[in-house]
Amino acid sequence: MCGLIGIMDTSGAYFSGHDIVAGIAAMEERGNGLGAGFAVYGCYPQYADCYAFHVMYPRPESRPQVETFLRQHFSIVYAEPVPHRNVPDLLCPPPIWRYFLRLPSFLQEERPGVDEAEYVVHKVMQVNTAGLGAYIYSSGKDLGVFKGVGHPGQIAEYFSVEEYSGYLWTAHTRFPTNTPGWWGGAHPFGLLDWTVVHNGEISSYGTNRRYLEMMGYRCTMQTDTEVITYAVDLLVRRHGLPVEVMARVLAAPLWSEIERMDEPERTLTRTLRQVYAPLLINGPFTVIIARHGEMIGLGDRIRLRPLTAATAGDRLYLASEEAPIRLLCPQPERVWTPLGGEPVVGRLRTPWSAQEVPLEAVSRYAYAM
Amino acid sequence: MSLNLLASEFQVVRDDTRCIACQVCVRQCANDVHAYDAESDVVYSDETRCVGCHRCATLCPTRALTIRLALHEFRPNANWTPAALYNLYKQSQTGGVLLSGMGCDQPYPVYFDHLLLNASQVTNPSIDPLREPMELRTVIGRRPGRVEVTQGPEGLRLETRLGPHLVLETPILFSAMSYGSISYNACLSLARAAKECGILYNTGEGGLHPTLYEYGPWTIAQVASGRFGVHPEYLRTAAALEIKIGQGAKPGIGGHLPGEKVTADVSRTRMIPEGTDALSPAPHHDIYSIEDLRQLIYALKEATNYEKPVGVKVAAVHHIAPIASGIARAGADYIAIDGLRGGTGAAPTVIRNHVGIPIELAIAAVDQRLREEGIRHQVSLIAGGSIRSSADVVKAIALGADAVYIATAALVAMGCHLCQKCYTGKCNWGIATQDPYLTKRLNPNIGVRRLANLIRAWSLEIKEMLGGMGLNAIESLRGNRDHLRGVGLNEVELNALGIQAAGAA
Repeated sequence: MCGLIGIMDTSGAYFSGHDIVAGIAAMEERGNGLGAGFAVYGCYPQYADCYAFHVMYPRPESRPQVETFLRQHFSIVYAEPVPHRNVPDLLCPPPIWRYFLRLPSFLQEERPGVDEAEYVVHKVMQVNTAGLGAYIYSSGKDLGVFKGVGHPGQIAEYFSVEEYSGYLWTAHTRFPTNTPGWWGGAHPFGLLDWTVVHNGEISSYGTNRRYLEMMGYRCTMQTDTEVITYAVDLLVRRHGLPVEVMARVLAAPLWSEIERMDEPERTLTRTLRQVYAPLLINGPFTVIIARHGEMIGLGDRIRLRPLTAATAGDRLYLASEEAPIRLLCPQPERVWTPLGGEPVVGRLRTPWSAQEVPLEAVSRYAYAM
Repeated sequence: MSLNLLASEFQVVRDDTRCIACQVCVRQCANDVHAYDAESDVVYSDETRCVGCHRCATLCPTRALTIRLALHEFRPNANWTPAALYNLYKQSQTGGVLLSGMGCDQPYPVYFDHLLLNASQVTNPSIDPLREPMELRTVIGRRPGRVEVTQGPEGLRLETRLGPHLVLETPILFSAMSYGSISYNACLSLARAAKECGILYNTGEGGLHPTLYEYGPWTIAQVASGRFGVHPEYLRTAAALEIKIGQGAKPGIGGHLPGEKVTADVSRTRMIPEGTDALSPAPHHDIYSIEDLRQLIYALKEATNYEKPVGVKVAAVHHIAPIASGIARAGADYIAIDGLRGGTGAAPTVIRNHVGIPIELAIAAVDQRLREEGIRHQVSLIAGGSIRSSADVVKAIALGADAVYIATAALVAMGCHLCQKCYTGKCNWGIATQDPYLTKRLNPNIGVRRLANLIRAWSLEIKEMLGGMGLNAIESLRGNRDHLRGVGLNEVELNALGIQAAGAA
């Protein structure tokens, strides 16, 4: 059992971490203090065009090596330890740094036509699989993942989560069952601008992992959730499939349902199921998947994990339970329980762009500097 | 002729207080073990002829017969075993190659028996197949690496077109057994059972009897080195074509059908003279390397208008992983791999017992190699070579197979008792024979019932095992070695299988 919540303002208005912290804390029963985390979109407007790498150093002596690597392959615009407060009850927080990176100027000359995202993914995988005891767990532009081993309130306090602002937040509280509670294993998981929070256990993990490894991903976080992150990245970014189609791969309709569909939907769905059979996420799960401009809630096809959705004005709420939604928004316009395998998608009314950062947002960032 | 040095392998124990001299055993035994003496009204047995098929014991109305191993005991010798001695006696008597039927019976490790499956407890719910959907549908064929979808004016437009493929309602197929090696009734039973179960059966290299054409959509037609029975109509009728390079019971050599089994009907179907030994060559005489295989694959695709999947069947041998990679790159839609213990109607005993590798290791090596090369999705993998139970099916798929081929198990379902004498043509169960007196013993209506029961029972068991693992679709088990653990295996074997030892977290 785990708890998750996501809040998005589809108008793009920024809001602080206050709501998300209160919301996730309201689901205390769903976690056991062995992992919690937050993702916020729009938190680094000053460096909106930079990849914001959050790097965890369980083995602190690996930092010089990682930084040398980053200098070799990126140009580092700014680097600092992620600011944190002292929270006495937290067990051995590892040093965590953030690096704001641009692609090196020589890259286009040396490798013309190189796919920027592929390049970044490759470098992230290289560090995470090098056995250094260093993990890049957040690598998107203008977004940050803040996570660790502790209760949501402790992690929020540790990273001062309430003081960041963004237009889209997700959060997670963990009750780990299949893998140890360690800082890298907390949710959200991030790759480029994807983040995923997940409740459940993926029984198809071995199949999913081995397929994704064939496609060049490396699973390093000892937990099943990262396969969802990589699957989404593969389907949406690399294969260019719409989010709704991606959902139909991860939570594929039953063959009996496919046979009842009308054409051309039937052929499309059958083709997806055949080609992407190894990406069916089997077992109980609910996920909130986010990227810039988009928040997606999705449950497994026989609905073995809960998901509640609600809308109020420009806000879309997704959560494991209705309680935190009612806490934050006592009178939502609509509250519903999505069907298994049916994605709930929230989108910015005007698409997100790293170049169009509202100026007033920049000042909010002043804290971190 | 010198003295026959062979002692009998079995004893026929007749309980005289039960025997009523009804002579059922006399009529049932094609090996002439039993004889009736009218004068004394007694049935005698000559156990030297007994092959241990249990036909007489099973049909004896008074249960008077018991077949036991003949325990002629040699001076104990761990090196010169009785089996080794008997083979020497036989060989020095005949000067020939010793033959055997069915698969390798030697005590090499059976890796399936060292693999244990996982089940859900607490953290994720096991799924009850009696109450929840549970999907075994399996699709065999090439897959592209991605699906392309474009946004058209009327919504999403699918740009990817899949090639031909086979749809199975459960991940099991009946493996290649030719008409000739087995009886027409056995072929008919397999064809009808395949249709009933929504799976496929395989003609072997024996061609297709005209009366079985109506089962074409459930038929895989084999093209082997002898090209027996291969003609345009044969290719057009089948749902898929399979180039047979090798088989697990006899890697590296061709097929052997003794002339005794080449009856008029078999000769017509195979397009060979009646009564001649049907010996297919060891290699295909037009395939001396991988590019030749590619040409044959595409020749068959051309001949069938690219409407049918073309698979390649090979025996599991030492370099099976690169061989499979080559086959995938040569354009095959599926690769069938037949392990060391795969059966046959006739093979030199020495080949059967000493050539090849167990299917479990072959699946693991091939699946891993194809993934490392990034081409696993391009080809389906069908594993055969002694799948004995639904647990073996589940383990084979978890190791990386898409589906399994079963043949020995199917024969056993029809009555086979594994006496290993298929090559004599005297199968008392009416399966591996063309003698009309014997073939009529296999009633196709009963044969199809028993085969369909077997497939149904295994499918139910597979669903239970899947549900226990928290899975509700067979594709989520494919290559999912996290659900396997090894017991009693050393580290080299665990690594070869790509699994952890039982007890590992």
